[in-house]
Amino acid sequence: MPYLVAGSTDQWVRHVEAAVLGGADAIEIGIPFSDPMMDGPVIQAAAQIALERSTTFESVCGELETLDVDVPLIAMTYYNVFLHHGLERAAGRLRAAGVLGAILPDLAMEESNPWRESAGAVDLATILLVAPSTPADRAHRLAQASEGFTYAAARMAVTGVARDDGDAARVVATIREASDIPVYVGIGVSRPVQAQELSKVSDGVIVGSALVERIIGGSNVADTESFVRSFRDALDE
Amino acid sequence: MNNAARVMDTPDERGRFGNFGGRFVPEALVPACLELESAFREAWADEEFVEEFQSVLRQFGGRPTPITPLRRLSKQLGLNIFAKREDLAHTGSHKINNVVGQTLLTKRMGKTRVIAETGAGQHGVATATAAARLGLSCTVFMGEVDTVRQELNVFRMELLGARVVSVTSGSKTLKDAVNEAMREWVTCVSDTHYCLGSVMGPHPFPWMVREFQSVIGNEAARQMRELAVGVPDFVVACVGGGSNAAGIFAGFADSSARLVGVEAAGGAAVRSGSPGVLHGMRSLLLQDEFGQIEEAHSISAGLDYPGIGPEHAHLAEVGRAEYYAIGDEDVIGALKLLSESEGIIPALETAHAIAWIAREAGGLLPKDATVLVNLSGRGDKDVAQVRAMLSPS
Ligand SMILES: Cc1ncc(COP(=O)(O)O)c(C=O)c1O
Repeated sequence: MPYLVAGSTDQWVRHVEAAVLGGADAIEIGIPFSDPMMDGPVIQAAAQIALERSTTFESVCGELETLDVDVPLIAMTYYNVFLHHGLERAAGRLRAAGVLGAILPDLAMEESNPWRESAGAVDLATILLVAPSTPADRAHRLAQASEGFTYAAARMAVTGVARDDGDAARVVATIREASDIPVYVGIGVSRPVQAQELSKVSDGVIVGSALVERIIGGSNVADTESFVRSFRDALDE
Repeated sequence: MNNAARVMDTPDERGRFGNFGGRFVPEALVPACLELESAFREAWADEEFVEEFQSVLRQFGGRPTPITPLRRLSKQLGLNIFAKREDLAHTGSHKINNVVGQTLLTKRMGKTRVIAETGAGQHGVATATAAARLGLSCTVFMGEVDTVRQELNVFRMELLGARVVSVTSGSKTLKDAVNEAMREWVTCVSDTHYCLGSVMGPHPFPWMVREFQSVIGNEAARQMRELAVGVPDFVVACVGGGSNAAGIFAGFADSSARLVGVEAAGGAAVRSGSPGVLHGMRSLLLQDEFGQIEEAHSISAGLDYPGIGPEHAHLAEVGRAEYYAIGDEDVIGALKLLSESEGIIPALETAHAIAWIAREAGGLLPKDATVLVNLSGRGDKDVAQVRAMLSPS
């Protein structure tokens, strides 16, 4: 599952389509926020570019409506963006734009009920993260509460690029003890060989910074398609 | 006290003060916040810990700090002004109270390193100081803009053995220093404590920092009785995140005193902000119509923050405390006023409180009103900046 920052180039919707052509199972769409606490330098920079280009929650939803792809779209942003828009309105707007789930990395489970109610009312899935620091009993509760899939953070880090698999296997195994829903591994996954290794223990990987870095560096949609395909091929091997 | 609920009470188990507070952090940090909460709860109920905290503040921190009647300024303004002298505490501001508490807690939790954000550099210097005292390793995150305007404090931290990281993201000031410290904390929570510098952030920080700072208000209430003044009509403090204000308010929250917080006009979260979530808390924030956080702008690095601690948002909402704003243009005048009339050079942050008192004398402050002002810090760190502003060349 590739991750892109909406609005980080005027071609971002075309990059989403290219990622689907390249074989993505789903796409994670980052809606930019001024203070991305869980993001490293690459995604911070992309968000800043997107905000400077006047990207808003509404502009992202509007552009997503023009998109015609047949894989699930998942929104990723920080809670204040939805809170400020109004939780019910935000959930409804995302759903109308074709989004099936949302990831809010700064919305801890204990604070998530108001959002989950609004999202649940329109059948928008709330995807929860489990971190390497999460104790097993808490990981079990998170896995049981997560909808669509569970996001396993591979390491104690913000988004970025890393070389190893971190703690992914352990985090995934803990989640599996409590739930059968799919588990995707993210945070630092940046190379096809990593994806291949991780696919042995999980249901898929989320590739963010490595792709975003290319896109804000000026790569074209054909590059995005072949980049995603390199992961698809590694996973299918 | 009778059975009436205390005004500045312990927050509920979700860390709420009324509608504000809470814990809005990435899952990776939730266990650390829970660990910290239970460690603080236990420590604060442990007489030995409290005794050690108090004795370090006495033997190392320079407490109790005195109360100084500001006689000449009082005469000039037609008021009866008393100053709580946090500028005389070790490292030159109230920040030492909080860091002594948090570094003792760091040791108690078995952690060996602290990280901190800093705006003016006062919290960074205080953290570096308290860390050096306990042999903890220390890294301080500081916005690039602030490393320039508070360059001497950067050097001070380095002299104390701390590493200072210049933050170049976003507005390059306090807000982004907090972001960067949070990001760093994710990578090292197992051996590192995040020593947050104000009554902000996720639960339990706003509560814990207020408790450590309440020594200011408790001391002041006792000292005002000893001076036979008793409860003042007004208690005034400047507000960035709000720790010096929370500390002094805590001693008077259940009294008849009117509590006044003074924000920088360019960072006035109560007057110009709206509810939102940032840095782990639900509070009042400066934000645009899309929920993007706006940059604060202030002459003083320590007040250059687009939010306010959640308990202040609550005190404002229920009307127990009032918050006003002072613009940059009035701050230098107030700094000179206190310097020349009383022989005390205040920090630029503190000068906001003085400026409000000078502005409201005879206005919101009736003639001969008794006013207790928290002199949160001394101005040594600011003299180069003030000189440059007074003699533009
Ligand atoms: C002297 C002084 N006063 C006030 C502040 C603002 O912080 P708070 O509102 O937490 O007291 C600072 C922060 O740097 C400071 O150095």
